[in-house]
Amino acid sequence: MMIRLENLRKLYGKVEALRGVSLQVGEGELFSYLGPNGSGKTTTIRILTGLAAASSGDAWLHGFHIDKESVQAKRQCGVVTQNINLDNELSVGENLHLHGKLFQMPRKERLGRIEELLEYVEIADRLNSAVKSLSGGMKRRVMIARALMHSPKILFLDEPTAGLDPAIRRRIWSLVKSIQKNGTTIFLTTHYIEEAEFLADRVAFLDKGIIVALDTPQNLMEAIGAWALDKVGDGDMQTVYFRNREDANDHITANGGSFSLRRVNLEDVFISLTGKKVRQQ
Amino acid sequence: MSAILAIYQREMLILRKRFFRQLASIAISPLLYIVAFGFGMGRNLKVGGHSYMEFLIPGLVAMSSMTQAFAMSSEINIARFYWHVFEEFQAAPIGNLSYVSGEVLAGITRALFSVAVILLIAAASGVVLSYNFYFWLAVSLNAFVFSSLAVTLAMLVKSHSDQALLSNFFITPMAFLGGTFFPVNSMPPWVRYILHFLPLTHACKAIRAAAFAQPPLYSSYVLLAVLGAILFVLAFNCVNRARD
Repeated sequence: MMIRLENLRKLYGKVEALRGVSLQVGEGELFSYLGPNGSGKTTTIRILTGLAAASSGDAWLHGFHIDKESVQAKRQCGVVTQNINLDNELSVGENLHLHGKLFQMPRKERLGRIEELLEYVEIADRLNSAVKSLSGGMKRRVMIARALMHSPKILFLDEPTAGLDPAIRRRIWSLVKSIQKNGTTIFLTTHYIEEAEFLADRVAFLDKGIIVALDTPQNLMEAIGAWALDKVGDGDMQTVYFRNREDANDHITANGGSFSLRRVNLEDVFISLTGKKVRQQ
Repeated sequence: MSAILAIYQREMLILRKRFFRQLASIAISPLLYIVAFGFGMGRNLKVGGHSYMEFLIPGLVAMSSMTQAFAMSSEINIARFYWHVFEEFQAAPIGNLSYVSGEVLAGITRALFSVAVILLIAAASGVVLSYNFYFWLAVSLNAFVFSSLAVTLAMLVKSHSDQALLSNFFITPMAFLGGTFFPVNSMPPWVRYILHFLPLTHACKAIRAAAFAQPPLYSSYVLLAVLGAILFVLAFNCVNRARD
């Protein structure tokens, strides 16, 4: 197992941000952690990457305990945090060099890796540009390149496409897919349903600090049905799920009114589990 | 060692990017003090057989090395609360000792840089003092004390405004009361007694004695070294408290 969590808890004062999370992520898997804001997604990543301390419970990264063997555990992972945490005044190259130094990479290896990664994330021409001159999407790609500098076995991506426009978001998705193809295990948090559907091998739904469902996107969706029929009423919307399209059409014929028929998605799964949307309005 | 250098190099790169801004901010205060107190008020003043300018320069060296070393706390807090760069260090496989050592070294370097600026201003003002081994040792120990204090406090505060509060309550009073502008010995005994608890008072005494080529005040050196070591250990122990 590349990532293992056992009954992980986190208290902020009297507020319980994580209420006993246990899960395992296998080698090369792209695991998505899905939940609304404040559900505990970022807290989990912050604990696993050494930015926060767990109140109780245990976690291992590639077999190394995150507290007792923190240096070895940190060597296994790269992290792209939710906040842009690049040194704004330094250049792209300087940011990557410093990261390589922190991970004890020799100079020659650093130089080669920087060139390779900037090509990979398609910003090779911005090596000497100050970070502050880059767009939001470029900064995200620099952060991904930086996280990959030391060739980590596990990559943590905390809302990597938050605030980016749809076109840039899809470029990041392609990048994430290709990183997984290279054998890296990826732990991704997101509140974009389509992101988890497109990328994830398995999804865990997190609500109020606890996992409410964990399976492949396909299995999670099949559990409630294949088709969703939205009925728009007086100011509210009711959704009914069906195994096949014919049953949905029969329902429309029998009941009449204004309906919208569509494929079931992960949002439906989350609503059926918790009664609320992943992306709060 | 590579991790210490990475932390140190990051601070130096930032310093290099802001070189002229930094130079101006370092030079402006001593320059004003030299003009106002040295040339203005102290032109015909003698302190212990030395001109007031000769008395003032070592005091400014002590004060400036203190403030510049302590300014590391602001740098760390900007990195921590504003740019979130501190997270990059927290997620890296480096020990707390490497992190603290890198930041403290950066603080000492900043302090030495500020001292070099003051000495250039002093030379341009015609002040000749002895910049011997003990002078630089006292400056370095003073910078070590306040750089370690800066890292400790930067790890303990919960916001940038807390940091400003600490500067206002500790650093600014010390800058004015630690013997920078007047001889502590001329104060009433009870004030003198209190002022001898301030590390800057000892730094001023040691730097001034060295600059006047007087015998070194070993007790002040020992006190600064011990205090610096205690604060360094404290900083090391506080790094984990900066985690959520």
